[in-house]
Formats: sequence, structure tokens, C-alpha cells
Amino acid sequence: MVDRRPWITVLSHLVLIVGVLIVAFPLYLAFVASTHTADAIVQSPMPLLPGAHMWENYKAALFGSGKLGSNTNVMHMMWVSFMTAMIITVGKIAISLLSAFAIVYFRFPFKMLCFWAIFLTLMLPVEVRILPTYKVVAELGMLNSYAGLTLPLIASATATFLFRQFFLTVPDELVEAARIDGAGPMRFFKDVLVPLSKTSVAALFVIQFIYGWNQYLWPLLMTTSEDMYPVVIGIKRMLAGGEAAVDWNIVMATAIVAMLPPAAVVMLMQKWFVKGLVDTEK
Amino acid sequence: MASITLKNVVKRYGSGKTAVPVIHGVNAEIKDGEFIVIVGPSGCGKSTLLRMIAGLEEISGGDISIGDRVVNNLEPAQRDIAMVFQNYALYPHMTNFENMAYGLKIAKVPVDEIKQRVDKAAKILELGHLLDRKPRQLSGGQRQRVAMGRAIVRQPKVFLFDEPLSNLDAKLRAQTRIEIQKLHHELGITSLFVTHDQVEAMTLAQRMIVMNGGVMDQFGTPEEVYNTPATTFVASFIGSPPMNLLKNAPGGKPGQILGIRPEHIDIVASGGWAMDVITVELLGAERLVYGTVGGEMVTVRIEEAHIFPKAGDTIRIQPREERRLHWFNAETGKRI
Repeated sequence: MVDRRPWITVLSHLVLIVGVLIVAFPLYLAFVASTHTADAIVQSPMPLLPGAHMWENYKAALFGSGKLGSNTNVMHMMWVSFMTAMIITVGKIAISLLSAFAIVYFRFPFKMLCFWAIFLTLMLPVEVRILPTYKVVAELGMLNSYAGLTLPLIASATATFLFRQFFLTVPDELVEAARIDGAGPMRFFKDVLVPLSKTSVAALFVIQFIYGWNQYLWPLLMTTSEDMYPVVIGIKRMLAGGEAAVDWNIVMATAIVAMLPPAAVVMLMQKWFVKGLVDTEK
Repeated sequence: MASITLKNVVKRYGSGKTAVPVIHGVNAEIKDGEFIVIVGPSGCGKSTLLRMIAGLEEISGGDISIGDRVVNNLEPAQRDIAMVFQNYALYPHMTNFENMAYGLKIAKVPVDEIKQRVDKAAKILELGHLLDRKPRQLSGGQRQRVAMGRAIVRQPKVFLFDEPLSNLDAKLRAQTRIEIQKLHHELGITSLFVTHDQVEAMTLAQRMIVMNGGVMDQFGTPEEVYNTPATTFVASFIGSPPMNLLKNAPGGKPGQILGIRPEHIDIVASGGWAMDVITVELLGAERLVYGTVGGEMVTVRIEEAHIFPKAGDTIRIQPREERRLHWFNAETGKRI
């Protein structure tokens, strides 16, 4: 049926544009702020157009300027964030694929118990179990290490469920055909299930990478040495200078830089998503 | 040697007192190179039987042998069989070539031999130009051929077909049926073909197993099954339109059911039985006359006939020959 009400299109476009503006405006301001000197920002009204100091600000942010605030090398913090996010993402996907595989395709004693145990952990937010987790990590000597930063966050019920739901849609005959072809369970997993799960893996990759990148509470608790700080903590620490003026321009530059990797991941993975959706077949 | 022997094969779901038997002791000897069709209505156990032979279902009782080996405890891949599924079961992310080669790859067959076998199968099935595409780029009939190709390259002792034509449209079904027959002529591999369609059964089978409620009612050639059905079920299942079964046939004893096929009844001017015509269907080359004889429904098939009954007429009908009369025991349904 032909839509005879073009004003609905206009309205929806308007709503979307307004929404984008609301979300994007602060980002734009942050970018603008990162291109001025610290004094220019603090004056009111705040400048709305980019200034001329972009490169020096970003250089100072990335490599440390020796001035007040945090002296940490933002590049290093970016690296820590990146490693944490990658380890969490890859670990989570690997573990969840295997658990979902076990739950869907095997019968074993206490299977239902395991299933419900995993499900129940979904109901416990990180904050509830953070004290026991800290104790365990501390006693294992994993504070201030990549292992401590990532291991407690690797097991995931949501990812397991996502893959479980997907595996349930794989027709049984595919399993039987593979059985007749002589493929054992792990062979089937590697040759058939994982390739078919590519879209889910891509989606999960994006979500988990951003989740891992934005981790704040857990790293804050368990890292005490500056060279294990992820970049989000670095940004916070830059604001800590109580007596001295805050270098807002450097802070903003750091914030913009910190946003780039997740944005890049989303944009790269988008291609996979779309390709996966187009490729999907029964 | 690729004969198949079924000895008292039983299948139960569940265990102990609450076990539900679905197959009650099937016995059959299938010779090397035979094309056997297992036919029956939905739920009769034919697919279950096939899957037990394939190794996809456990055997609750009895023995299944392929060749001289009892295969009860062997994995499907060890039984030297290949299966074609109703929904093709092709791996969607692999090319057609890879689909056909997968089983051989796992069996560690050398790469050039794999290519040789796949190319040969593709030639037989006319798939050569489609080898590099993925299944989703193919039509249903082509996909089924790729599935058959996958079965052929394994050079198995037995082919198992699980209702492979059910997902195809009528025209494609007829075409693929002929291709399967051609294949069997060329390769001569023992084949078991499961279907609920009695036309497929009659046209493809050298012998057929007619199953009903988990029991094998008859195992014979299409002629035997058509001319001398062993039970009322077989009698009414095979042949279209279905055989007339009369409980109170004129000239019959009580406790007996008379069976006579619509195509073996003639309309006569006098004598015979009186039939009240309810409706007449024109099917082009033939007509089907539906009516009642002594209160029971009877169908008569007439070809270019001079006597054209109309709804509401009373006509006289007579079985053509004595040997076309089939008598069954009303209680057991078995042929007398």
C-alpha cells in the first residue's frame, strides 16, 4: 500500500535528527574543546568552533606533557584498555561458544543443574559479587595484572544464552549429515557450527569490546600501579588536581582519543554484520 | 556384498514399564543391489527404521546387518552408508564442491582423489557448473542433486533416502524420480528409499516394505502388493483410487471383508449388484463413480464408457474377474 502520508516521513526524520543532535552535540563540544587552549575553554561563552591548537593538544595528551594533572602516558593506558578489552572479548566468545555447544548438543549428568546455575548468575550484578571476587583475586596474587583485570569478567551468561539460542536454530539434519560424514563433535563444532555463528560472534564482539573498554569499577578497585590503568581511569585522574587548574583541553583530547577504538570496532564489524545478514540462509 | 538383513528389529522410546514401542519386530532380507522402498502413512515408523539402519537411532532389540557385519553398535560413519535427507542437509557456508568433499576430507582421502570423485559425481548429476556456488544459490532440485552427489562420492555399500522428494514441487518430483532410477541403473548400489507417497513407491521399487503402525504388513514387488495385498491396510493404501472394502458384500460370509479395486468393476446392464450413484467425477481420461452398494461406499472407475451414470441413478455393477476379488478376515485384517 502506498503511504499517502508524507508528513509521517518528515516527522520521523525530524525526530531522528533531533535525537542525533542531542547525542552528538556533547561529542562535538568535546572535540571543539580539545582544539583550544585551556584558558580559551574556561572563558564564557565557550567557543563553538574548533580552534587552532589541535595537534599540540593531542600530542600532549598522547605522550604526556610533563605538566600538571596526570603524567601518565595516555598511549600506554590505551594499550592497557585495548588488551583488557580484547582478552575479555576473545575469552568470553570462546568460553560461551563452548558452553552453549555443551548445553545444546550433549546429555550429561547434572546438565539442567549447570544450565540453571549459569542462568542464576545472570541475576547477580557485578557489584554484588565484587567483594568476594576481590578477595579471591588478591589471594591469588593477581592484583595489578592483566589476568586479574580480565578473568573475573570472562565468564558470561548472556553470551552463552545468545549462542544457545542460535545453536537451537541449526537444523538437526545438519548434525546428522555431519555424523554420517564421520565428523566427531569437535570437528562438527569447528567446521560447521562456528562458521555458521559468524554473525552472532561479530555482534558479540562489538558489545563485549565496548563493555571491556569501558570497565571502570573493577580496574579502579584492583589496580594500584599507574601502568595498569585503563584509559577511562586515566581520564578521571586528570581531573583530580584539586588546587591547580585542570587542563580541560588535554582532558577533552584524551576523551576523544579514548572513544576512537570502540568506534573503529563498531564501524569495522558493521561490514561483517551486514555481510552476515545478507549471507544468512537456512 | 551389500545385502541388508533385518532380524526382529524393535524400537522403543523410553525404558522400563513406560517404554513406548514404535517398531514391533521387523524381519526382512534385502539383496545386494536391490532398490527397496519403505512406504507407509505418517507415523508408521518408516523413517525410524531407516534411521536405525543408518545408525542415527539406537536399536532397542534385534539385529541389523549390512553385508556380513552386524552393525548395531557401529557409528553411522563406520557403516559404509550414505544418506540423502528430506531437507537436503547441505552445509550452508561451504561451496557445493566442499559439501560433497567433506566426508572424504574427514576420511583423509588424498586431495586429487577427492577432486576426481567429486567431478565424476558432478558429471553424472550434471552439476559441473555449480560446484563453486553455495547451496543457497541453487534451486531445490539442484540442492537435492548436490545432496545425492555427496552420497555418491562416498562410494557406500548402501544408499539411504529419507523422503528426498517431499520438498520438491510436483514436476521436479517426477524429474528427480527418473534421475534416481537412472542413478540406480548406473551404479547398482543397494538403496533404501522411504516415502509416504504410494506412487513413488510403485514406480521406484523393485520390492517394497509396506509399514503400518510399526509393523511390516507386506514385503513384496509392486505387482505382488497390488495384485495380492496381504492386509486390508495394504489393500487400501496402494492403488489410487483406493480399493473398495465391503464388510457386507453380497455373496460373502460374515466376518469377511471383500476388497475389489475401482478399476476392476464394470457397469453392466443387468445382474451384478445394485449401486445408488451419489456423484460422478470426470478426470479427463476416466470417470470416478461414487455411490453405495448395500449402504457401503463404493467407487467405480470407468473409462470411455457408453453408459454414463448421473447422480441419483441406480446402476448395476459387477466385478470383472473372480481373481480380482480379495477376501480379508474382518478381525485381523489379514488376507484369507
